[in-house]
Amino acid sequence: MTARRSRLFAAIALVAVAAALVLIPLTLNRYGLYILSRWAVLAIAAIGLNLTLGYAGQVSLAQGAFVGIGAYTAAILTTSAGWPLLATLPVAIVLCFAIGWLLGYPALRVQHHYLAFVTLAFSTLAFLVFRNEEWLTKGIYGLMMNRPAWFASPLSFYYLCLGSLGVVSLATWWLIRSPWGRAFMALRENPIRALSLGIDTRRYTLMAFAIGSTLGGVSGVLYAPLVEFVDPTPFTLALSLDILMMVIVGGAGFFFGPFLGALIAVLLPEWLRFTQGFYLILYALLVMVLLVYSPQGLLGILDRFLADRRTRAASAARAAAAPTLEETA
Amino acid sequence: MATLVNILIAGLATGAIYALVAIGFTLLWQTSQTINFAQGEFVMLPAFFMLAAANMGLPFWAAVLIGFNVTMLLLGWGFKRLLVDPMLRHGVLPLAIATMALSVFMREAVKEFFTAEAQPFPSIVPATNIDILGAVVSLQNVGALGVAVAAVLALQYLLTRTSVGHQMQATAQNPTVARILGVPVDRMILYTFLINAGLVALASLLITPIYLAKFSSGEVLGQAAFIAAIVGGFNQVRGAIAGGLLLGVVDNLAATYVSTQYRAAIPLFLLIAIILFRPQGLFGRAEERTV
Repeated sequence: MTARRSRLFAAIALVAVAAALVLIPLTLNRYGLYILSRWAVLAIAAIGLNLTLGYAGQVSLAQGAFVGIGAYTAAILTTSAGWPLLATLPVAIVLCFAIGWLLGYPALRVQHHYLAFVTLAFSTLAFLVFRNEEWLTKGIYGLMMNRPAWFASPLSFYYLCLGSLGVVSLATWWLIRSPWGRAFMALRENPIRALSLGIDTRRYTLMAFAIGSTLGGVSGVLYAPLVEFVDPTPFTLALSLDILMMVIVGGAGFFFGPFLGALIAVLLPEWLRFTQGFYLILYALLVMVLLVYSPQGLLGILDRFLADRRTRAASAARAAAAPTLEETA
Repeated sequence: MATLVNILIAGLATGAIYALVAIGFTLLWQTSQTINFAQGEFVMLPAFFMLAAANMGLPFWAAVLIGFNVTMLLLGWGFKRLLVDPMLRHGVLPLAIATMALSVFMREAVKEFFTAEAQPFPSIVPATNIDILGAVVSLQNVGALGVAVAAVLALQYLLTRTSVGHQMQATAQNPTVARILGVPVDRMILYTFLINAGLVALASLLITPIYLAKFSSGEVLGQAAFIAAIVGGFNQVRGAIAGGLLLGVVDNLAATYVSTQYRAAIPLFLLIAIILFRPQGLFGRAEERTV
């Protein structure tokens, strides 16, 4: 009964949050809408990294580079080839899937910190290409682009981002419930045992990278029209680290972790604006304190609290049942 | 020819400094599975400790001494007690992320509380040029190379010839067995953190006169140390030395003979090639994995 009640509670909370996300923006000004749109866009990238890192256990410091690849795909194809934004999405998806798949190959040979450095190197190389290949990306001069006519107003563009986030969330929800999701988790928990149980770990490792990177690309396709100007500066290693921190702070391996992590990473600088230059110092300090206290991130604290309560309820029930057992015996 | 000698000496000098940083990095990994993403900032910071002490009117040698001690205290002992100890049992990744946050914290703190401008830093070696094999070579480079090599040799002596060194190696290889044999494992781990702090303070003292003291200089240094450690082999001190020297030379050669635009890419290609074809590094042993 408690399980059903908590599920009902979760469903009500989810509906309330969804309603708030649809209704609150009606009262926001242009800047508030920009911040919330930014949250939705970065949450998509963080969901992708959560698949790769949180569920499949493969470290990647390159998610920012895929956001960059998606953003440049959208910007180049809409400005110089005149494509509509929607048509650039499949191109970005295919491109990021293919590059993500290739980036997965080192993961077949090395793990942990080695993998972190391969992806870190990829991230830096991608930045160098964005900056130096001027014939394609206009280098440091950047590319101006307009939002599509239907979504020109900040509010309608926000709904586009929110809608995309919704679609991505549902798809991810379905994916991690499917046998693939189980295989990813088996890969994270114990790759050798997973292999011995007949899971093609090779294919699933590459898939984990490819799918996670693809979501990075999707996020990039929305990022370009959000900022309306694409240049190399945002796509340094710092963005990859930011997205990684979102996943870890929210709680890696929890479905709602990236949403929460992205919300904090986007909103906290706004709330700490009164501290001026100190917000990064405070943010870094808070992240360290949080990780020392709960390495599983914010949702890890909630998870621990709930598990604690369940155990206590169970032992209370056992204590209540014990005398009657003795009597009947 | 003369330029080549110049490039080689400059490369070896920066390479030897990279090696110092890389050795500290691998020591932390070996004894306590700490991947310190803030290692570059660990090199950036001691120079500012020394500058702060010098700004208070102390003579340079006293400022250097204070800088070393503060570094050992904060980046050695403090880093271990406040960040590594509480997080170690939760695995490698959360700790690695926490060190990333630490690097942001240190960088921004220097920028806000000290200065965002690059500061000149006095050199322990006079900045004159000398003649070697017909090439005019900066004495600063030769001095940095000499000090770094001496430090590495001293460390090698400590690790291989003394009792404390043997105990540290035992701790790195198998902490459980070392503890059974009566090695004070916790103290040995603390020693590695102190040695790391000493190495980064020395590296800071040597490299800052060449590249100036700036809050953002840790990024490049940290990356160089990672690459040197991986190229040489993560679990060998001599690997880190070879990796550092090789990286320094390759970096300087690339700066001269390859386009400046893609200069930064050359060490990364070296890194990717090593990881793909010889992941244990040039000198490293393959690490076994347990099921």
